[in-house]
Amino acid sequence: MTTTSLTKSRGAGHVGDKVFSAATLAAGCLILVVLFGVALFLVIQAFPALVASPDKIQGGEGFFTYIWPLVIGTLIASVIALVIATPIAIGVALFISHFAPRKLASGLGYVIDLLAAIPSVVYGAWGVAFLAHEISPAYNWLANNMGWLPIFQGPASATGKTILTAGIVLAVMVLPIITSLSREIFLQTPKLHEEAALALGATRWEMIRMTVLPFGRPGIISAVMLGLGRALGETMAVALVLSSGALTASLIQSGNQTIAAEIALNFPEASGLKVSTLIAAGLVLFVITLGVNMIARGIITRHKEFSGAN
Amino acid sequence: MSKRIDVKDLNVYYSKFLAVEDVNINIEAKSVTAFIGPSGCGKSTFLRTLNRMHEVIPGARVEGEVLLDGDNLYGPGVDPVTVRSQIGMVFQRPNPFPTMSIRDNVLAGVKLNNTKISKGEADVLVERSLQGANLWNEVKDRLGKPGSGLSGGQQQRLCIARAIAVEPQVILMDEPCSALDPISTLAIEDLINELKDQYTVVIVTHNMQQAARVSDKTAFFNIAGTGKPGKLIEFGDTPTIFSNPTEKATEDYVSGRFG
Repeated sequence: MTTTSLTKSRGAGHVGDKVFSAATLAAGCLILVVLFGVALFLVIQAFPALVASPDKIQGGEGFFTYIWPLVIGTLIASVIALVIATPIAIGVALFISHFAPRKLASGLGYVIDLLAAIPSVVYGAWGVAFLAHEISPAYNWLANNMGWLPIFQGPASATGKTILTAGIVLAVMVLPIITSLSREIFLQTPKLHEEAALALGATRWEMIRMTVLPFGRPGIISAVMLGLGRALGETMAVALVLSSGALTASLIQSGNQTIAAEIALNFPEASGLKVSTLIAAGLVLFVITLGVNMIARGIITRHKEFSGAN
Repeated sequence: MSKRIDVKDLNVYYSKFLAVEDVNINIEAKSVTAFIGPSGCGKSTFLRTLNRMHEVIPGARVEGEVLLDGDNLYGPGVDPVTVRSQIGMVFQRPNPFPTMSIRDNVLAGVKLNNTKISKGEADVLVERSLQGANLWNEVKDRLGKPGSGLSGGQQQRLCIARAIAVEPQVILMDEPCSALDPISTLAIEDLINELKDQYTVVIVTHNMQQAARVSDKTAFFNIAGTGKPGKLIEFGDTPTIFSNPTEKATEDYVSGRFG
């Protein structure tokens, strides 16, 4: 008797179990399939450009010569954006999570989240119609006073439509992503650890340095990488703001171009090998983003032991 | 390096709610004082007012005086940060900093107060503090490993080492053994006995046997009902409180008739 009652099982419960596990498995596989599909598409479509004779590619000196200024331009714009946005985002996130009175904090958090909802074309329009114009006197000042630095070499662009302006617009765009993720992470710092620091005689800032920032480190890195992802791939704002051209070291002259903006600006009129070239550029961007994310993962796992997750 | 604490007419409020009412108590230097009482009677709240940790909770405030060898902790111009560096605290759940190694955990408070400390001095201090917390022999070979890898009892002793590394005047312990197994509890109790040679120790405990084992004096807190403030009912030598208390409520509590 006992054996039969043990071997008998509730059939319906198991069906639910199987359906659920199949659904999650399918969802997981779908991600891989999509990723693989995109990679495959890029490789196949880009192939003609990669093997074409150098003189057929735009510029006439082969794909590599065509793409590397774009890669550098993309990286410059993204790095400018992150250098500006990261400290501000962390500061704002800390203010919201640990310094602001509760009412102000929720209001401010809401406004920051709204920033993320503004379409990128609006940022682009703001950048080209307002920021570029307003900031060009500052570029003149930089050219006159710090022109000995290659990155501030004059003459400064009269329109202000430079890679630095594009970087600043990108910074404003990635700010809400980094801020809201960092804020969530900072709020999760265990009260226990914050109190431990305070009980040792830490000031509020010391408490943040001892507990909140180390605890939030992996989260901050992920947030910055997500921001970087957006900055690398951002098309519209850069296409509008930047008066593109050949690769130049100076950030305050017109020139430079990013991969995404290059694709967007040229794709409508492209045909034949030109399309392949642009898709190959997309492939390069894909590889860069993938690499950046893998490096970020690496940084996070290397510090797992001290992460506070255990 | 240990001071006495005298509390005069202390009321503790959470915003408008009076949590603890009219406490007067004199805590001797180099002694162990235990706070006992049922849950919610305000003993932990009161303990936290002794190093101004209650201020972490928005709206918490006190009326009255807490004198550390005559100096009022709530006097004008007194910085809570200074108060806490002199009156250390050990919490209910072990809370070593997970992002720091064992060594850095011990040095955490010292680095705050005195940023320049040579490696040699630091080594001496780490060993002395860990010895003081009866933890040195267990961790001396893995000082660079994270503190979160230790057992619960070891983590709690690491927290005690961290607290005594800054050489405080007083150590407050908020139910330090409630998350620990009996063996680890015993280790902490032995440690408390040793600590009182150098420090003034105040411990909140739910465990009456523990209060009886470790403390010189015991304070019994009670609460008249939900929503009423907690009060100090009786304070005296531990043997008296447990065998011959003056108050009926104390006798009921220590004999296990309620709470």
